[in-house]
Amino acid sequence: MDWGNWFSDANNVVFLVVALVMVAASVRVVTSPNVVHSALMLVIALAGAAGLFLMLGAEFVAWTLVLVYIGAVIVLFLFGIMITRAPTGRDPGRLDHARRWPAAVVALGTFVTIATVTTLAFEDRPVSGAVTSGGDLGEVLFNRYVIPFEAVSFVLLAALIGGIVLARKDPER
Amino acid sequence: MTHFLETVFQSVFWSAVIKVVFVFALLLLTALILVWFERRVVAFMQNRVGPNRAGPFGILQTLADGLKLLFKEGIRPRKVEVGLYLAAPIMAMIPAFLIFLMVPIGAPIHIGETTVTLQGADLNIALLFVLAMSSIAVYAIVLAGWASGSKYPLLGGIRATAQMISYEAAMGLALVPVVVFASSQIAGGSLGVGTMSFSRIVALQAGSFRGPVPGWFVFSLLPSFVIFFTAAIAETNRAPFDLVEAESEIVGGYHTEYSGFRFAIFFLAEYINMFNLSAIAVTLFFGGWLGPGADLPYVGWLVPIFWFLLKTYALLFLFVWIRATLPRLRYDQLMTLGWKWLIPLSLAWLVVFVLLQGVRVFGMPWS
Repeated sequence: MDWGNWFSDANNVVFLVVALVMVAASVRVVTSPNVVHSALMLVIALAGAAGLFLMLGAEFVAWTLVLVYIGAVIVLFLFGIMITRAPTGRDPGRLDHARRWPAAVVALGTFVTIATVTTLAFEDRPVSGAVTSGGDLGEVLFNRYVIPFEAVSFVLLAALIGGIVLARKDPER
Repeated sequence: MTHFLETVFQSVFWSAVIKVVFVFALLLLTALILVWFERRVVAFMQNRVGPNRAGPFGILQTLADGLKLLFKEGIRPRKVEVGLYLAAPIMAMIPAFLIFLMVPIGAPIHIGETTVTLQGADLNIALLFVLAMSSIAVYAIVLAGWASGSKYPLLGGIRATAQMISYEAAMGLALVPVVVFASSQIAGGSLGVGTMSFSRIVALQAGSFRGPVPGWFVFSLLPSFVIFFTAAIAETNRAPFDLVEAESEIVGGYHTEYSGFRFAIFFLAEYINMFNLSAIAVTLFFGGWLGPGADLPYVGWLVPIFWFLLKTYALLFLFVWIRATLPRLRYDQLMTLGWKWLIPLSLAWLVVFVLLQGVRVFGMPWS
């Protein structure tokens, strides 16, 4: 498909805008000198992801993403930042790191690998029979993929118990 | 005239524009009335008179206060983070308005051949959307607190995050039985076909529960309503959960450094959120706009709106009553109530409800 045709489809233009915003926000997450701003940029990137799901017609996934990641995870990040660093005004701590170039290379490598694998897997085939509605999603999640689903919940349980173990004061000592 | 209205509402764009403008006007008007309503009701409960000078019964008092705030100088302290400081009041307003777009405020109107729903948007997953929006409402408070660059707002912001996260969990859990129950009420529906759409949920409450008692979900799901309402008070930072802006401890909390109209916007958003959550409680538990119909010429479509507003204001009265009655909780009491009472309670109710529902649908395990 040539560029002109691609660009004249409104869906593609919206995708392009959302994707560019997401990329810019993601870059700012790591380059911003202020932790709170980084967290907010992450919110924008996640909102973009939710927007992409909406464009695919997967409302349920999109709003769950907003509810869980934007509404809970990042809020907890902010909570953590505020009770530990409390950076009102200019952030005094240096967020920069000496090994930022290796980190950039690793990030780029990961991105290229995932992008290549995904493109090779799908090539030009359009995704047909995609699961989008909440009902279908539940059907797939609790019938076909119920064991991976439970395994993931087990990982979360382990993390939860780990958190309690770390936070708890040992009465012996 | 009828033909013109029909043409307008057939266009998706213009009907959306009209609905959004209507919701905007309705919410601003409601906020004005609500502030007056609360001041009057609290005054009577405390054996005072309350605002009674501006207009009949003092109903224009809020308008006067609002205009005063509008003309006041907006003081911006030197240490604020300008961008976020200015954005925070706007961020408080956006989710408040978006939530109300989901709520059906009256029965669909038929203009000629066209049916107009009195609802901004009938999303299939309205319930989830509302939860998502109310969960991002906390950003306004947190960022207002942080961007002010001062210690009391920061404390208010930190309190807001902890409080809203805690009570959101209970609220979400309390609403699970509503969705399951609503789905089981769908006549002739197969298992696994559910609904989170507000218009469907209202329609499913149309029957009768027992005899003359209407089929509102509150009769079947009373524990859900109690948990939801408690969490709603906490989500809107109302007394007795108003630790976010506890005057006696942290001055004004997150809005200490705000003045003039920016302060007024936070205030408006709080009242609009109160109205939103009451409207959602009415939609989910009290049958929404359902009520005894009246076959009036021309104004018959106003009757469901009347029932909706009446029920919503009854719940708002409850909000105000609770505020006037209960003293503010201490912070550890707030966390204890949230994590050690409400969340276990909503989980236990969920388990009990699912067992009852299983017996109702599939019969006893031995039968």
